Amino acid sequence: MTTTSQGTTGGRHTRAETLLEVTALRKVYDGRVEAVRDLTFVVGKGEFVCVVGPSGAGKTTLLKCIAGLLPPTSGSVVLEGSPVAGPPPGMAVVFQEYGRSLFPWMTVRQNVELPLKQKKLPGDRRRQLVGEALAAVSLADVPDAYPWQLSGGMQQRVAIARAVAYEPHILLMDEPFAAVDAQTRADLEDLTRSLWHRMGVTTVFVTHDIDEAVYLGQRVLVLSSSPTVVLDDVVVDLPVERDQLTTRSSARFAELRAHVFEQVRRAKQERGR
Amino acid sequence: MSGGAVRIGRSLLALLLLPVVLLAFWWVLSADSTSFYMPPLRTVFETFPDTWSTDGLTEHVVPSVQRLAAGYLLALVLGVSLGVAIGSARRLRAFLEPVLEFLRAIPPTVLVPLFMLFAGLGDTMKVLVIVSGAVWPILLNTIEGVRAVDGTLRETCRCYGIGGTARLRHLVIRSASPQIVTGMRQGLSIAIILMVISELFAADNGIGYVLVQSQRGFAIAEMWTAIIVLGLLGIALAMLLRLFEWRTLRWYRGLREAQRGRS
Repeated sequence: MTTTSQGTTGGRHTRAETLLEVTALRKVYDGRVEAVRDLTFVVGKGEFVCVVGPSGAGKTTLLKCIAGLLPPTSGSVVLEGSPVAGPPPGMAVVFQEYGRSLFPWMTVRQNVELPLKQKKLPGDRRRQLVGEALAAVSLADVPDAYPWQLSGGMQQRVAIARAVAYEPHILLMDEPFAAVDAQTRADLEDLTRSLWHRMGVTTVFVTHDIDEAVYLGQRVLVLSSSPTVVLDDVVVDLPVERDQLTTRSSARFAELRAHVFEQVRRAKQERGR
Repeated sequence: MSGGAVRIGRSLLALLLLPVVLLAFWWVLSADSTSFYMPPLRTVFETFPDTWSTDGLTEHVVPSVQRLAAGYLLALVLGVSLGVAIGSARRLRAFLEPVLEFLRAIPPTVLVPLFMLFAGLGDTMKVLVIVSGAVWPILLNTIEGVRAVDGTLRETCRCYGIGGTARLRHLVIRSASPQIVTGMRQGLSIAIILMVISELFAADNGIGYVLVQSQRGFAIAEMWTAIIVLGLLGIALAMLLRLFEWRTLRWYRGLREAQRGRS
């Protein structure tokens, strides 16, 4: 893997047309617990945006509101010009709990294919998409295995393949690698990055890991503790080609990481007061 | 695949070993029996072909099995469909739970006179008796299974537009299938008991009928053959259900083994 030494800012990130618009989003559970206070941000078409914040910062609440799985208390989520009221058709989600988001009674192939059947795609198109998606996550050799026969990292790759085969306009990932070991995690990060690079799919990636956010994203949204607001919107001006070793040891990476870290620490301290 | 065959062979052995030993004991202990009520097993076996020839099979076993099949399948359809509906709706469940507990507590046998009143003495009554008993374990286990469908899987279905019948087929029923099969197993033994009981009342054929007729006619050896036939029928059906379970819940066993291995 090579790293382009010039500081080409975040790839195709040139303020493309808006794909996702979150405005004054607020979510209060049971009329009492205010998880998200006031979130406003925009995600451009084709962007890779990471959302990072201390644990309990309402990151998952935010993601579920974007996904249409939770109705916001007030404010709006607009995807491709239309407000999100339920899960929109052009969206795929990868959950943290890989073991619970795959159907254990279906093989790998069936898991990836089921959403495509719901989309009423013809059989040969489905087979093509499933084959390509499984090849893209290097699982082409185990289509007939069941998820529970695979390791955690492989299961999460099946979930990613399912999302990729769905050909979404936007891909939401909710701390997808929080439950796998460090080496697998690094591999999955690079896989996610290369899939995004190849497909150009708009990606919103929620994580509590600052290094991961800076390594993956073109932008990092830093959230405060609950009740949540956007503290900072950091543009990651690292080269497009990223590498676990060279990128993570570069001076710019350290600067960005320190900057985001500082913000998150401030968020925690403010909460402590 | 061969591992599965070995497992089936082993469970077959486990299933048959004790019955064979008990029969051997019965054979030896009753060999010199002069008791009217406990004829030698040898005599019972000799009577067997007379009572359960091809005619006996078509005349008595077939109607019994038909009633059992009708009642059990009806209970299965009713239990699973109502269970899915009640398990999916929290309000409906809270509303119905006390009534269900009450109805379930009534022994189905006491309903026989009631069913005779409005369904007559025919097969309808007998099928109804079987349904009224076998439906409860299937219904209650299905409700539990549907309630326990995983939240992340539900959300996965919502995100990927898997709704309606596809959701029922691919998520709800499959996810609840381990509990449904448990209910089916409990329901089957109840169904067999009720099949016999319903045939003790006002029947002109069936295994239960043979049992009660031979008892009344002091044909004690024949009565014993009817009991043995009932036992064999029970074993055959239990094995059929086991085969069904082995095929449909392969994923569940694998999942549990994998979870045990990891934690």
